[in-house]
Amino acid sequence: MILEEPPAPSGERPALTRTGRWVRGAAGLAILAAASEILGRAGIVDRDYLPPASAVLARSVGLLGDTEFLSGVWSTVRAWAIGLAIAVGGGVSLGLLLGSVPVLNTAVRAIVEFLRPIPSVALIPLVSLILGTGLRTEATLIVYAATWPVLFNTIYGLQDVDPVAKDTLRAFGFSRLSVTWLVSLPSAAPFIATGIRLAAAIALILAVGTEILSGFGQGLGVFIAQAQQTVDGTTDVLAGTVWAGMLGLIINTALVLGERRLFHWHVSQTKDRS
Amino acid sequence: MSAGAGGRTVVRLGAGVLHRWLALAVAVAAWEVGTRAAHSPFFPPPSRITSRMYHLWFSGPGTRLFLTSDATANVVPSLLRMATGLTISLVAGVGLGLALGRSERLFAYFDPAFQFARVIPPPTLVPVFIVLFKLGTQMQIAAIVFSAIWPILLNTTDGARSVDPLQMETAQVYKLSAADRVLKIIFPATLPKIFAGLRLSLSLSLILMVFSELLPGTANGIGFELTDAQSRSDLPTVWAAIVLLGILGYVLNAILLAVERRVLAWHRGSRGTDA
Repeated sequence: MILEEPPAPSGERPALTRTGRWVRGAAGLAILAAASEILGRAGIVDRDYLPPASAVLARSVGLLGDTEFLSGVWSTVRAWAIGLAIAVGGGVSLGLLLGSVPVLNTAVRAIVEFLRPIPSVALIPLVSLILGTGLRTEATLIVYAATWPVLFNTIYGLQDVDPVAKDTLRAFGFSRLSVTWLVSLPSAAPFIATGIRLAAAIALILAVGTEILSGFGQGLGVFIAQAQQTVDGTTDVLAGTVWAGMLGLIINTALVLGERRLFHWHVSQTKDRS
Repeated sequence: MSAGAGGRTVVRLGAGVLHRWLALAVAVAAWEVGTRAAHSPFFPPPSRITSRMYHLWFSGPGTRLFLTSDATANVVPSLLRMATGLTISLVAGVGLGLALGRSERLFAYFDPAFQFARVIPPPTLVPVFIVLFKLGTQMQIAAIVFSAIWPILLNTTDGARSVDPLQMETAQVYKLSAADRVLKIIFPATLPKIFAGLRLSLSLSLILMVFSELLPGTANGIGFELTDAQSRSDLPTVWAAIVLLGILGYVLNAILLAVERRVLAWHRGSRGTDA
């Protein structure tokens, strides 16, 4: 994911090539796997506690043939997608509203600043009491947590809009709404995209977290929570964790690539990664 | 902010503060009226929540800073866990990050493993740690560290990689020792990035602190109080715990920002920007 070669420390060996990095990365993973293998097989660590990497990987692959597991993953992804979609829609519209009406912005900001620091997982018990367990609870919590990054990035992006461009369109008699639509929104879009990427990660945290806490129903988190309850379910817990990580990786990679494709013209993409 | 507009700015600022507090007051009042009218057991009025907060935690004797025994039994352990987890993350993350940032080869070995560890949704790891560690504080701190360390570690690495090569060359010319180079050049240059990571880690550690306490196997903590109240359907206490966590999040973040502003005063000053 590194766009440009990092500067080589002066007077030292030359910078690594792309192959050099790949080989070393693969070696790092292999060493890690081997270490867990040795610890497990030599009996240094109890296999019930920390199964060797090969067993976890084999189980992870095996889970792909398990329809119940797959439908669990699907329901997690569905809750994630529904929650995120609502959060993006709500966050962007609220951001546009607050970003273009300063009076409203100051007023709502105060309320927002008191709501935002509440750690979203603390709401899981409350929302579960009100809505029970299931998709509605999960989606509600995701919406709450994922709206913030979208909202703040939208407002932030709107502050960055070139005022000359807005004034020009206004001078030509375009309405406020069409100025927003034609100038502000496209210009803020790269910032909004960053907000969506952050929100997507948070949404996944909330989806899996809610499922782990509720412990029944369907979902990747439920699978992990139930595996934890069973005797020698550690392999399943870790295999589930591997898939949770894969989900995170797939989502993040897709969004980063999407951003790079859509907004390759924008400074945030031409500068360094971060 | 130009000097000429100073007076007007003060007036505007004053109006802004008033405006903000007014909005908040109106919102709370509306909530009070609405919840009183609705009589929903799920939404107690704010006045009941605050009085519950007072009775639960802040009605203790003055000699103990007005903290009740419930506060010292639940709030304090939570904060200690969070502080311990965050400190370990900070020390380990900065140490490892500086090393990885200055050695491209070392970094290449770890990068894929770290990138994967970072994308795992942190709550998923709590069941893993419940199995690996003893229940209770040990597991909770492990869970906090394993999620809070990534932003610090990756940001430090990033910052240490991009230290101005000219500064490093100057250090070489003046024959600075390796320790001096780390302490006087690399570490200060990395500080802004470290703080950026620390801010993320702070909110992550708060989230993980609560989450690890929500799961069975905890005997105390704010999260424990929260689930305990949930199981008794004691809604005012559930709300009180949530509000307390919100206040804690706000205060901790404000403290961190104040420290950051102090520590990084030279940074912004020397660059001549006030972003």
